[in-house]
Amino acid sequence: MIPLSYYLLLSGILFACGVLGFLIKRNIITIFMSIELMLNGVNLSFVAFAAQWHALSGQVFVFFVMVVAAAEAAVGLAIIIAVYRTRETLNVDRVNLLKL
Amino acid sequence: MTPQTLSPLLCTIPLLPLAGAAINGFFGRQSSKKAISAVALAFCGLAFFMAVLIAANFSSASAPYSFPLAHWLRSGNFQVDFSFYLDQLSLVMLLVVTGVGFLIHIYSVGYMWDDDGYYRFMSYMNLFMFFMLTLVLAKNYLVMFIGWEGVGLASYLLIGFWFTKDSAAAAGKKAFIVNRIGDFGFLIALFLMIKHFHSLDFTKVFAQVSAWPTEVAGIGILTAIGLLLMVGAAGKSAQIPLYVWLPDAMEGPTPVSALIHAATMVTAGVYMVARSSMIFERAPTAMMVVAIIGTLTALFAATIGIAQTDIKKVLAYSTVSQLGYMFMACGVGAFSAGIFHLMTHAFFKGLLFLAAGSVIHGIGGEQDMRKMGGLRLYMPWTFTTMGIATLAIAGIPPFAGFWSKDEILWQAFNTSWVYWLIGVVTAFITSFYMFRLMYMTFGGDYRSPAVQEAHGHNPHGHDDHGHGHGEPHESPWVMLGPLVILAVLSVVGGFVGYGNRFEHFLAPVFQGATEVAQEASHETAGRALEYLLMAVSVSVAGLGWLLAYLLYSRRPQLPARIAQSLGGLYQAVAHKYYIDELYAVLFVKPVVDGSTTILWHDIDQGVIDAAVNDSADAACHVSDSVRHMQSGNLRSYAGWVAAGGAVVIAYMVWMGVR
Amino acid sequence: MLHLILFLFFGTICVAGAINLLAQSHPINSALSLIAVMASLAGEYLLLGAEFVAAVQVIVYAGAIMVLFVITIMLLNAGKEERTQGSRVAILIGVPGVLIGGVLVAWTLLHRPDMQTVPIGALKGDPSDIARLLFHDFLLPFEVTSVLILIAIMGAVVLASRPEAIARPHRSTPGPQETRELVATGKDHR
Repeated sequence: MIPLSYYLLLSGILFACGVLGFLIKRNIITIFMSIELMLNGVNLSFVAFAAQWHALSGQVFVFFVMVVAAAEAAVGLAIIIAVYRTRETLNVDRVNLLKL
Repeated sequence: MTPQTLSPLLCTIPLLPLAGAAINGFFGRQSSKKAISAVALAFCGLAFFMAVLIAANFSSASAPYSFPLAHWLRSGNFQVDFSFYLDQLSLVMLLVVTGVGFLIHIYSVGYMWDDDGYYRFMSYMNLFMFFMLTLVLAKNYLVMFIGWEGVGLASYLLIGFWFTKDSAAAAGKKAFIVNRIGDFGFLIALFLMIKHFHSLDFTKVFAQVSAWPTEVAGIGILTAIGLLLMVGAAGKSAQIPLYVWLPDAMEGPTPVSALIHAATMVTAGVYMVARSSMIFERAPTAMMVVAIIGTLTALFAATIGIAQTDIKKVLAYSTVSQLGYMFMACGVGAFSAGIFHLMTHAFFKGLLFLAAGSVIHGIGGEQDMRKMGGLRLYMPWTFTTMGIATLAIAGIPPFAGFWSKDEILWQAFNTSWVYWLIGVVTAFITSFYMFRLMYMTFGGDYRSPAVQEAHGHNPHGHDDHGHGHGEPHESPWVMLGPLVILAVLSVVGGFVGYGNRFEHFLAPVFQGATEVAQEASHETAGRALEYLLMAVSVSVAGLGWLLAYLLYSRRPQLPARIAQSLGGLYQAVAHKYYIDELYAVLFVKPVVDGSTTILWHDIDQGVIDAAVNDSADAACHVSDSVRHMQSGNLRSYAGWVAAGGAVVIAYMVWMGVR
Repeated sequence: MLHLILFLFFGTICVAGAINLLAQSHPINSALSLIAVMASLAGEYLLLGAEFVAAVQVIVYAGAIMVLFVITIMLLNAGKEERTQGSRVAILIGVPGVLIGGVLVAWTLLHRPDMQTVPIGALKGDPSDIARLLFHDFLLPFEVTSVLILIAIMGAVVLASRPEAIARPHRSTPGPQETRELVATGKDHR
């Protein structure tokens, strides 16, 4: 019998790690992976609540989140490839052409 | 004609010249000069015709006639309407304004024919007639104030008619501003009237005033109103201390000087004081102030007129002096005498100015008398008519000026011999400088052969007609006609007042004053004294003529020697006692400097501009610092998002805890 | 008891994988730790009784998406990260922000006295039950997501293709005469 809050804590830790990774890392692909980590943390939270409230739609939502994450990963990686072609670098600090 | 049919005609009289002004103003630019003249003369003549018609059907029994045209202000129990009013006083003014105005319009057709702004001139003249007639026919002080301001506007437009000339534009501005100072006093008087009488209508105000006791001690409400009205009159009618605009107003064309600054506009102040006689009667202090100002102005202006060399300036100071006479008359209670002198003055001063214009026109724009002379041979008609006018103004019987001036001096004597003495001295000086003008202009030989070579183009000439003639010539009949008519009026105009007929006619308007004056003036013993004083004033006029003859006809080199020996005194008089310079230092310079430093630099630039500019700068600075947020760096955006998210979480936790 | 041990086991792997993702400098190492995280998350899902979700997690997330990531890393030959001066803002404001937010959330979670407990396998997530929901109540989102995937495919193809690949004009196959010329001059192959 585990209190729900443990699951949520775990979810929060994963999410926080994802955000930290987004802030700290310099490689675009690593940043993308941090985003996936964030999404996973959120998925865990959904499933935990679905279990507590006996609402299966929580798991269905996780399903949809995964679909969207897949699509987003595909497109995002395509963009990264395009950026790599033009800028010859995967360092996000070098991709700052929109600077004022 | 019954009052019912006569009264509505009152409103047509001012509106006719307004229509003429509008037509000429809007369509004059494309019209031919003949059309413009026809329109202007037609409307002005029609107004004169209506005035004559009304005068013919005027009956003292049904007077006063009034006609309310339209509603205007209604506020609580205070109301002011556009209403017109005709009583004996208005009738006299109406006839003078329309009659002399019409004659001057005819004269200007000839005088201003060659000017490029002809249509503008005619439009402005008609506009002036409209405002002056509104002033004269008003039933309440506020409609009178409309006319008052309007004639000031027309005066500004006409003085600065040749606006490309700096001195003309400056003169127009000066006239308007000095008038404004007087108007301020007038307005305060109106406010006092509204406060205490809750109305500005003549009948209502005077009905209430007649119930007030005479204020003998201190300054009560009526005295205050009277003094403030006098401030307005001093501005409009060029009395001390607000006379300084009138000599400068000579920059305008001569018909303007004749109409506005001799016959009609400057008399508006006298009319207003006469109209408010009921108020002045009950405020002896105010009346004394009026008399003192009038008397002093008369003498002061006359002394300046002695040393002037510009023909129009002499006449300008003469106007100021004669207006002083009129105020002196009002100040001693002889209101009808003042109006009588107003009427005769309109005749002979208008004639003097028109004739001066004829002289200036005839010698190609020269206005300096030192360059004139001998013109009686070239311009006989002008000479004759101007001579008649000079005799009139000098007060020589049986010409018009004698009757009116003498009436004033007699009434002044009954109040205080000091007024009478100063008036007599002024009459002597008036006669002297007028005959000086005549001798310098028409006597001797023509002193300016240079004009015969030049083609009439004189740098001093204000009225440049580009004549090719070198010789002085008589003016055309369109200009001489009005001169002749005015000359006839200057001869016979005085007989209107014979046997106190004029006084009796105006009696219903000045009930209180006439009683006071009549008691003193028609006792048997008074008769002999009256004739004695008459003789004194005539002889004084004759002395003035003699002195002018001696100095300017017999020994023309004497004046220069006298001027030299008097030295500084002569210089002071010739420079108008340096009053303009004094005003410039005392009033103009502080105001201009104050405006520049405080209003312009400190407030306009320092506060208003600074507020606008600084808020723009602030926006720039803020955005300059904020733009660093948009660095194009992905991670900094994420950092901001994370920080924002933390704020939101904190807020939610805090709300949850509460 | 067993429940708690299993939970802690999988949880520790998750957290360790996450921290390792942050700590590694080579992206391929980060990718592998992420795979470990996802696998242990599948275990967590099983503890909660979500069988279908756990299976999908392994198949789709760990098996497809992460493979995609690894392919991309190998395609682009990503090397060790260089140390560049990034944004000070991210470090100075973002990190404290995250930590504060995390602490607040944790504090809230741990202070609630009435948190219910979740038994092991609390909600059985049968595929049939999920399918019933998916194809009845959530049919529209389901169809929309299929369209979304289609769009994502098209987008990915367009974005990642070489520019001249799109602009290349359509060319027909050469006829016999042209083929002989091409072979003779050696232009039949690039």
